[in-house]
Amino acid sequence: MKRGRPSLRQDVRTIGALMRRGLNEILRVPGGAIPGVLAPTIFMLGLSAAFGEAARLPGFDADDFRTFIVPVGMLQGAGFTGAATGVNLARDIERGWFDRLLLAPAGRPVLLAGVVGSACLRCLLPASFLLIVAFALGVSWPGVGALVLAGLLIMSLAAAAACYATVLALRFRTQQAAPLMQVGAFASILFTTAYVPRELLSDWLRAIADVNPVTHVLEGVRQGFVGDVSWASTWPALLAVAGLVTVFGTLAVRGMRRQGV
Amino acid sequence: MTAATVALARRALRNSFRRPQFLAPLVLFPTMFLAVNVGGLERTTSLAGFPQVDGFLDFQLAAAITQSLLLGGVSAGIAAALDIEGGFFDRLAASPTPRLAIVLGRLLAASVIAALQVVYFLVLGAIFGASVKGGVLGVLCVLAIGVVAGTGFGALGVMIALRARSASTVQGIFPLVFVVLFVSTAFFPANLLSPPADVVAAYNPLSYIADGLRQPIAFGNALEPLLEALAAAAGVAIAATSLSVLALRGRLRQA
Repeated sequence: MKRGRPSLRQDVRTIGALMRRGLNEILRVPGGAIPGVLAPTIFMLGLSAAFGEAARLPGFDADDFRTFIVPVGMLQGAGFTGAATGVNLARDIERGWFDRLLLAPAGRPVLLAGVVGSACLRCLLPASFLLIVAFALGVSWPGVGALVLAGLLIMSLAAAAACYATVLALRFRTQQAAPLMQVGAFASILFTTAYVPRELLSDWLRAIADVNPVTHVLEGVRQGFVGDVSWASTWPALLAVAGLVTVFGTLAVRGMRRQGV
Repeated sequence: MTAATVALARRALRNSFRRPQFLAPLVLFPTMFLAVNVGGLERTTSLAGFPQVDGFLDFQLAAAITQSLLLGGVSAGIAAALDIEGGFFDRLAASPTPRLAIVLGRLLAASVIAALQVVYFLVLGAIFGASVKGGVLGVLCVLAIGVVAGTGFGALGVMIALRARSASTVQGIFPLVFVVLFVSTAFFPANLLSPPADVVAAYNPLSYIADGLRQPIAFGNALEPLLEALAAAAGVAIAATSLSVLALRGRLRQA
């Protein structure tokens, strides 16, 4: 019997199976998934109800606060989904399922790809729900191109967040690290131009937002909702998200390769 | 019963401090929100209709305290649910421990944690330039409102835990914390809220609690908002404790 490294087709099937397992959790544990799906919409509705008048500030470049905040909700959904992926992995580690997975004849990057791939798909659920509610409430249609770009960016951000959470899950090997995963994802999205345009931020927050790569991702997703889609706003977003995925992906692969050695 | 209540409160506090991962979010998330709200929306104090304040931090501090106290309620609920899931509750029920002490012990612990949360945010505010305009009396008022409100939110969490018996279900109410908070005057003045939040905020007890916490911090001591806040917090505490005791009785009948 021929033994050795699995073929590419087998790798793809393994990734597909792990992604399906990740997606199945939405149906198997809806109580765990519902808060993550609802939270971005709640934030969008709540923030626009509470801070809606901020759109009256001179220099605010959107018609209304709700339109301005919708992309933040999409990113939050991606961040929460990525963090949840890490929590689920930590649970699998605690229960021993992950150790059994490591015995499978699949490469560690393949296993990681399956886990991260499920996060990429799952993040579309809170984003879709958020957009349906937002459009129903009168947020203007940003165009198909802008939505496709936004989808690509939030899926990539979810992948980066999932890699980050995976690094923590592999490091701490317990669900008790969940707050670390959530806070990291949450902070990276909020310390940006989340609430107001860059010019209206206070100096210290502007300084953080300027060096925070997620700011570029947010501005990339915001195109179409506020203003038109332009290459000048698109390439920094793509570059930022590629950098995030590369850095956290590399760390996650390294963490995976150290497992069970 | 007092001895049993104190013993159970001490156990709950010991468990909380032994698992800082459950305590950290109570202050981490509100601190982050506070920072982002202040850094991002500082200029909203120049909007027409915004009350005269020294800075947006002065205004937002009460929101952070209220948010933290609500999260404290979720945390108390999770801890109670973990006791049920882990079998400790059943062992307690089988012992001659006074039934009321099971709830009151948890609430006493919640009130101690609430006091610590309030102190944390007042110190944080002081570090970043916010002062309590009401002076020492103002600090005591904020502390009193915070402790009563924190106890009430803790009772709500315990009540949900006793009914749901699952930590993940209690965890699921996390987004609701933000719902009730957003439709209150915790984050922004009532006259600047968008409809229908402004209408709901008028009937939301959280509005009165947040306004009462804010009064001594941002404006100075005034009897009416402080009394309204204490009444709202006490109302929540009494109603939620009664519901918790009822839930406990129901749970004991099933045990």
